[in-house]
Amino acid sequence: MQFPSKKPKAVTDLKAELYSQPLQFYGQPPLENISLSEFESFAVDRLKLLKTVENLGVSYVKLSDDYKKKLDNEIKTQNFPHGAGEQTEKRRKDHISHFILRLAYCQTEDLRRWFIQQEVDLFKYRFKELECGEKLKFLHKNNLQYNTISAEEKDNLREKLATSSYTASGVKVEEQDFYKVPFQDALDLVRTRKVYLEEGYVYIPHNEIVTIVLNDFRTRLSKALALTARSLPAVHSDERLQPLLTHLSHSYLGQDYSVQKNVGKISLEQIDSLAGKSFPLCMRQLHQTLRDQHHLRHGGRMQYGLFLKGIGLSLEQALQFWRMEFIRGKVDADKFDKAYAYSIRHMFGKEGKRADYTPYSCMKVILSNPPSQGDYHGCPFRHSDPELLKQKLQSYKVSPSGVSQILELVKGMHYQLACQKYFELTHNVEDTAFSLSHPNQYFTESQKVLGGGKDVKRETDTLQRPQENSAARGLTREPAGDESQHLAEITKNLETDFQDA
Amino acid sequence: MPSSAYDPACLPDLLPLYYRRLFPFAQYYRWLNYGGVQKNYFQNREFSFTLKDDIYVRYQSFSSQSELEKEMQKMNPYKIDIGAVYSHRPNQHNTVKSGSFQALEKELVFDIDMTDYDDVRSCCSAADICSKCWTLMTIAIRILDRALRRDFGFHHLLWVYSGRRGVHCWVCDEAARKLSAAARSAVAEYLSLIKGGEETVKKVMLTDPIHPFIRESLEVVKHYFPQYALQDQNILGRKESEEKVLALVPEDVKKELQEIFQEERNPERRWRHIEVQAKKKQQTAKKRQYFEKEIMLQYCYPRLDVNVSKGVNHLLKSPFSVHPKTGRISVPIDLTDVDKFDPFAVPTISLICEELDRPKADEDEAKSEDTKGKENEQDSTEKRKIRDYKRTSLAKYVKYFDQFLAGMADSWKGKLLKQSDLQKEF
Ligand code: SF4
Ligand SMILES: [Zn+2]
Repeated sequence: MQFPSKKPKAVTDLKAELYSQPLQFYGQPPLENISLSEFESFAVDRLKLLKTVENLGVSYVKLSDDYKKKLDNEIKTQNFPHGAGEQTEKRRKDHISHFILRLAYCQTEDLRRWFIQQEVDLFKYRFKELECGEKLKFLHKNNLQYNTISAEEKDNLREKLATSSYTASGVKVEEQDFYKVPFQDALDLVRTRKVYLEEGYVYIPHNEIVTIVLNDFRTRLSKALALTARSLPAVHSDERLQPLLTHLSHSYLGQDYSVQKNVGKISLEQIDSLAGKSFPLCMRQLHQTLRDQHHLRHGGRMQYGLFLKGIGLSLEQALQFWRMEFIRGKVDADKFDKAYAYSIRHMFGKEGKRADYTPYSCMKVILSNPPSQGDYHGCPFRHSDPELLKQKLQSYKVSPSGVSQILELVKGMHYQLACQKYFELTHNVEDTAFSLSHPNQYFTESQKVLGGGKDVKRETDTLQRPQENSAARGLTREPAGDESQHLAEITKNLETDFQDA
Repeated sequence: MPSSAYDPACLPDLLPLYYRRLFPFAQYYRWLNYGGVQKNYFQNREFSFTLKDDIYVRYQSFSSQSELEKEMQKMNPYKIDIGAVYSHRPNQHNTVKSGSFQALEKELVFDIDMTDYDDVRSCCSAADICSKCWTLMTIAIRILDRALRRDFGFHHLLWVYSGRRGVHCWVCDEAARKLSAAARSAVAEYLSLIKGGEETVKKVMLTDPIHPFIRESLEVVKHYFPQYALQDQNILGRKESEEKVLALVPEDVKKELQEIFQEERNPERRWRHIEVQAKKKQQTAKKRQYFEKEIMLQYCYPRLDVNVSKGVNHLLKSPFSVHPKTGRISVPIDLTDVDKFDPFAVPTISLICEELDRPKADEDEAKSEDTKGKENEQDSTEKRKIRDYKRTSLAKYVKYFDQFLAGMADSWKGKLLKQSDLQKEF
């Protein structure tokens, strides 16, 4: 494939210059021709790396020792640049692969968000790993100059600088330089109140400079992706690339559950019992609230409504379901049709922009739009008080040791792992063969364990007799018929696909 | 005084009068035109109207003040919302290529609604308010106004009573209007201390050291807390509310306090005990404990609807819109005297329309002016309108609005001067 190129003048010099630094801002697209096979393998490797970044971010505290060790390992395995020294080829791969994934991940808001998040995390790790001198070189080379404040100003603000929480890292005000930049350039520090803010400027200690750099990186990347998206039609008309790019972009979360597979397989009468058995806690909570209060606020309606769509409710069923419940509360049928029916049709892409809304992934539930007053959406492992979560788990008959295992995971901020543990405990399987990333996945997996919901009896059996564990586990390994076919499709490895390509 | 009780059924009769003779169009236009510094700023602004029977029309836009006047007088909206400044005229959004019609700028806005405080006020619930719980809005205004000015460096803040149970803030500085969605949410999160929904009991967690912004906010809360929380809401006076407070302190302290409370009934002294316990704990515990501050904040700190602030294209009810349920006008709040602001003294549309019908004191003068004004009819209608609202209790609120506009005009002057200088140079 050829990237938009100017003149192939002195390519080797350019290369040496381009790849002289261990880290770059990806300001310039690659100017060389590369073969299709290299294109594929670079893209796949970077995708694997980014997926690792994502998984590590969920399972470990970012930039903790374990996180760093595991990430460093993956970088080595996938042959990306690490450490100092001569690595022109690896840096070239870093450069090119980044740009290929830009093509694949610029197409929708969700893809962009995912890609930016992983790239930013990766960049952060790599920037922090740089030695001090290299950091300065990097700043210099990319024209990132920030104003330091005078000793006098520092003196005047000493007390305030000291009580803006970064000092928790143990560095004294006297000992470091402070930069004064417009607050718009350090949003992450503003958001978390980690800096002192006055008259629209933030005062950033030197050891937090990575935040401004990252902010810059993020802004540039998101602008660049928007631009790429606009020029995409040209790329998409390329018959060789189009399927490849589509495939790459589809594999970031396994499945997005937006395509309705089981429409009509579930009846409204089943929902109550399914909620108890196969819904993850987040959805069970929403369902319970809806039944109790006959109402859910917007955030809850979206999260739950899309989930229900994902498990196979048809539009007609959904309308019936919500109307039935709402009119038992304060809303009459007329008001429902006027004020709520529209948004439900919207979820199914039948109204407005006809955007087909995708059920929320755990990541989205956990990270975006946290619940506030009057809300019941969100992830209970993330958004409930540990004490309330504990009570809830107890009331769902989780054993005391199970409860404490779950709470331990929650404390370490491993919300999805906590949820998966809950799955294991309530389904009586010891070691789940999937890694949880989506509420709809929870549902599918649960149904598989429970034998498609037909076998309620077996479930209660195993719950009463834990010694039958292995039998239950066997079930997860041998899903029946269609289901397994389907699963195999989802989890099919990227690599094999590309080998045939 | 004639009865001026508001009856929603009269709204269709009152609105035409209001938009014809009372709505301050001149000031309103001057505000949203921002001195004409940026081309098409007013013309590309979205308005949306709620009409009779909840009919909602979005993407209205107007080319001039007189078009705005004419349309509003024709449609007589029950409610007016203001949206973003777009890349194209909103009323033509269907004709531009999809994707290129984009929201570019908007004031940074905040919406504080009393319903979000239901778990911490005992006097009222849901849409009801009273003078007791209104203190929460006063606290919110004081805290946010300080932070937006001192911390973020904004100058042109318009605080507006929503007409029913809350307040809105419009930050109108140029820098604020240009903020990205990410920046807006960062500002809103900086300002949010209350975290969590219905499944969270303890909604404020302070970490060490306490950020200067939180310390400043605490100063405001401390000022109101004894009267508001201990007296008016009596949070330590009743069994049920007392338990709610105690749920926010560490287990061991809770036991001790429960014992003390057996003997001590006086709310002030009970609070004193909580403070003493906090001090004690602070000296002994490894991790710093701030539960007394956390309680104060949980009960008094402003609760923002972050989603309203985040989006560039989010709509917010316009100043001088009428609240269809209460009939009250959404009026600017005088910040120099925010403690005295009384939502129940805000005029309803029925009141000001009635005031119009009272005999004018300056009748003769007005008549002679009217005859003179024949040559210039436009001018005289304009003048009559000004005289009209001045005869009603809306006058003082329009005056606050004028003061706010005067402050902004200074900043436009600087801008326009710079622009004309630049033009001369070339
Ligand atoms: S981890 Fe995911 S599935 Fe589980 S409760 Fe949270 S959001 Fe729901
Ligand atoms: Zn009240």
